[in-house]
Amino acid sequence: MPDGYESVIGLEIHVQLSTRTKMFCGCELSFGEEPNTHTCPVCLAHPGVLPTINEQAVRYGLQIALALGCEPAARSIFHRKNYFYPDLPKGYQISQYDIPLASGGRLGEVRIHRVHLEEDAAKLIHLGESGRIHGSAASLVDFNRGGTPLVEIVTEPDLRGPAEAREWAQLLRTTIKQLAVSDVNMEEGSLRCDANVSLRRAGAAELGTKTELKNMNSFRFLERGIAAELERQGALLTAGGQVEQETFHFDPRTGALTPLRSKEYAHDYRYFPEPDLVPLAPTQEMLSAAREALPELPAERRDRYEAELGLPEVTARQLAFDAELGAYFERALDASRRGAAAKGSAGDGAEPKVIANWVTGELVGRLREAGDGEVDPASSKVSPEALAALAGMVESKQVTTGAARQVLATLVAEGGDPAEIVEREGLTQMSDAGELEAIAERAIEAEPGAAEKVRAGNPKAIGPIVGAVMRETKGRADGGEVTRLIMEKLGLS
Amino acid sequence: MIDRKQVLHVARLARLELTDEEVERMSGELTTILDHVERMDELDLDGVEPTSHVVALENVLRADEPRPSWPREQVLEPAPDPAEGAFRVPSPQA
Amino acid sequence: MSADLLGLSVAEALRRIEAGGLAADEYFDAYAKRAAADELGAYLWRAEPGQAGAADGELRGVPIAVKDIFCTEGIETTAASRVLEGYRPPYTATAVRRLADAGARLLGKTNMDEFAMGSSNENSGYGPVLNPWDRERVPGGSSGGSAAAVAGRAAPWAIGTDTGGSIRQPASFCGIVGLKPTYGAVSRYGMIAFASSLDQCGPLTRDVGDAALLLRVIQGRDACDSTAIGIEGGVALPSRERLEGLRFGVPRELSADAEGIEAGVSEVFQRTLGVIRELGGEVDECELPHAAHGLSAYYVLAPAEASANLARYDGVRFGPRADSDGDLISMYERTREAGFGAEVKRRIMLGTYALSSGYYEAYYGRAQRVRTKIAGDFQAAFERFDYLVTPTSPTVAFRLGERTANPLAMYMSDFCTVPMSLAGIPAISIPAGLAEPDGGGSELPVGFQIAAPAFGESGLLDAAHALERAIGFDTRPPAMGPQG
Ligand SMILES: [Mg+2]
Ligand SMILES: [Zn+2]
Repeated sequence: MPDGYESVIGLEIHVQLSTRTKMFCGCELSFGEEPNTHTCPVCLAHPGVLPTINEQAVRYGLQIALALGCEPAARSIFHRKNYFYPDLPKGYQISQYDIPLASGGRLGEVRIHRVHLEEDAAKLIHLGESGRIHGSAASLVDFNRGGTPLVEIVTEPDLRGPAEAREWAQLLRTTIKQLAVSDVNMEEGSLRCDANVSLRRAGAAELGTKTELKNMNSFRFLERGIAAELERQGALLTAGGQVEQETFHFDPRTGALTPLRSKEYAHDYRYFPEPDLVPLAPTQEMLSAAREALPELPAERRDRYEAELGLPEVTARQLAFDAELGAYFERALDASRRGAAAKGSAGDGAEPKVIANWVTGELVGRLREAGDGEVDPASSKVSPEALAALAGMVESKQVTTGAARQVLATLVAEGGDPAEIVEREGLTQMSDAGELEAIAERAIEAEPGAAEKVRAGNPKAIGPIVGAVMRETKGRADGGEVTRLIMEKLGLS
Repeated sequence: MIDRKQVLHVARLARLELTDEEVERMSGELTTILDHVERMDELDLDGVEPTSHVVALENVLRADEPRPSWPREQVLEPAPDPAEGAFRVPSPQA
Repeated sequence: MSADLLGLSVAEALRRIEAGGLAADEYFDAYAKRAAADELGAYLWRAEPGQAGAADGELRGVPIAVKDIFCTEGIETTAASRVLEGYRPPYTATAVRRLADAGARLLGKTNMDEFAMGSSNENSGYGPVLNPWDRERVPGGSSGGSAAAVAGRAAPWAIGTDTGGSIRQPASFCGIVGLKPTYGAVSRYGMIAFASSLDQCGPLTRDVGDAALLLRVIQGRDACDSTAIGIEGGVALPSRERLEGLRFGVPRELSADAEGIEAGVSEVFQRTLGVIRELGGEVDECELPHAAHGLSAYYVLAPAEASANLARYDGVRFGPRADSDGDLISMYERTREAGFGAEVKRRIMLGTYALSSGYYEAYYGRAQRVRTKIAGDFQAAFERFDYLVTPTSPTVAFRLGERTANPLAMYMSDFCTVPMSLAGIPAISIPAGLAEPDGGGSELPVGFQIAAPAFGESGLLDAAHALERAIGFDTRPPAMGPQG
């Protein structure tokens, strides 16, 4: 980015709602079924049909709006957005325009401009060369997706960088995931994120010319796409050029941004009020029902983790702002408490802090090594119950941290019960002081050079001796205890 | 006055391929009709709410209960160019 | 025998069927044969005679003609447009289904102006309809086929649709009864949309009693149409004979001051006001200050909605597709160019223009505000009057081809009917007498329009019934020979 400029980023997010039926007809939503098996005269726009509003979609829309701190409109209406495209059977999309469902909210540091309801387009499959008709390429239209309920969320241009945009988008995803109103899966398209990107002179009030980025179907691509576009705009401005208002399509395979064919005919959507539908005027009952259905939201969860569980801010945030991680942690925590209660022990099982560290540290690290990028521990072989049990064993000194890491590696690879693995692999922490003493003595004898240095006042030189003990005990000895014992044998304690 | 250029622009928005003769005639006819329509301008409409609906209804909602979709053979029966269980169209990207 | 049957009102036919004096199949066949001999171009599809059917339900198997704008499962439905040629809907419109559920049998699908856009039925993609009173003249439109069939004894009754006068004006031109119910009284589901905020389904019948009978069956709430709430308390069959205690307002803007009202129409109108007084009704002049602007607002709002409603005819999912160069835009443009007639294109263009960037406020926005004003005018008038009365159409039926070259002159035909459509209130046209057209010629029917407050259909039908009795109009066109 050229000096003296700042980036200004706003996001437009489309969320497919996980209702049972479509927005305006009774067809069930589809998940990869055969093309055109989830359609009816209404969603195929046959002559004479009329739309009817899905009650659940309105409920979900209100929940999202409230979770984002928006003010629901006392009376919102639907509009027709007119344009011709084969994936739009009516020749217009039923959407909301000047009076959206809700507006004026905030999530984290980003203000929400508006939240509205609309319907999804159908799916176009481009046949390319293989499907040429009359010598030109052809496409196939599958109307299964057409009419799926969508909530569109538009932010104010409050984001200042690609990483910030990614992080915020993830927070938004977690928030909606928590509401259980959508799968919010970017790869599958149930969460779609477009970005409006511009540069302006630092401190300037007015915005620069923005471009629109579409089709970034993962958080990584969102970040990458925005970064690439900022770079392009920066180079353009540095060279004395001007940014043109344009729309770019992000190609996930190449990471390239291609401008959508410059529109010979500018879009003119000719919005007007949809006469087939009556206004939405959420009643007090509808609003309180939506409010009551709100679960703990990420910011609240983070605060609770800090205040009640004593987690450090970074860990609390990491768990609370990542839907999958947070859910996993909650289950592990729960398992730990239940386990402790079952055993009738006085405590609450492993310390939440210990479980949290195992989840965010060891587990995520290992899963990241094993897979690529986004990690969902719930889909790993390590059950939250197993992780809770393992953390409990460390805390009660049944196994050493080192041994526990070995157990985790086994759990990641093949799953199972940590207690059994400990048993099977003989990893129970050594509690026979005499045996350990003998091993320590042998290790000192085996590393005379190191022993000399330690005696000469260099405590760091103890490493090789500790290492030898650990090798001998296969990690079953507690590292702190081993160090203390060696120092004692060297006459230094 | 709706001139030829405007007629062509609107025809493109409406996806109508008009013949030259139609463009010519449309220009005259639309102008005449809009001249009449513009008599509304005589009225003082400041502060008047627009009416898009005469029915005083709100919140007419449908329960989220699935109804059977339509068999695919029937869906595709009236299609001018069915292919591979779908509706084939010239590619918008062509 | 057959001629006798064709002269019966549906109510009378039902009485005879119920009493056992008439077989439902005989009654149906009499009409099926008459419809088969349709010389007016009224039908686009007809049922075969000799199809026995159930004769139960309230309507006991009586035949009914249905405007081709209503979807009928498996039966070609085109809204008289070439763009839907060969289209057989996968479902049936709610109004038609309600009729079938009540025991009526589909006699045929009637011709109309393409997508209900027109006032003469000359805009059909399948040929014009002739007026049974004078075959050189139009039957009115857009429900011209339904009106001609009912007037010409080729159907005992029919349903049509009215957006700005499309039931009332052809009823007026053909000398029969036509009722546009309150917006929301009858479901629009399965009724091919022209202008969704105005379209309403209603009866075309030979007397007011039959109109009530038909409305009673078709009206009602429908889960498939968010705007259909039905008429609370249903529809009572009319019985009133006098008009004492009722106040009739005569809006100056739609009568004396209206442009282009023919002398003969005016005379019949004045005479009818006299009949109201004789029946004990009060008649007084009133004002609808914005009504004269109704046509302007209508010709923005209806085409605007139509431009969107007709976007689905794109050659992708149903209907014919024109040859293209393999390019999507040319596929769309040629399919629509070939499929739509001149008037439909004109309205699509008008509506698209009125909604386009930079013009919305000047046209659409203003028209919506005029609509508010007109609805307010009616509301104020109904504080003083029970009903408002006007001529249905400024003229009697005009000659075929007379107005086709001048769209605006054609639109003027809806001058008196459009304001009620904009306000969403019910209005009925009953035949009030005969008059020569300006410039001379044989006498033709003149319609008298009565409008009521929203959902006031029962009272409206009652008043119209009393007036109809007193007028004693013979609905039989002269070409059909003397009554009975
Ligand atoms: Mg959208
Ligand atoms: Zn559907």
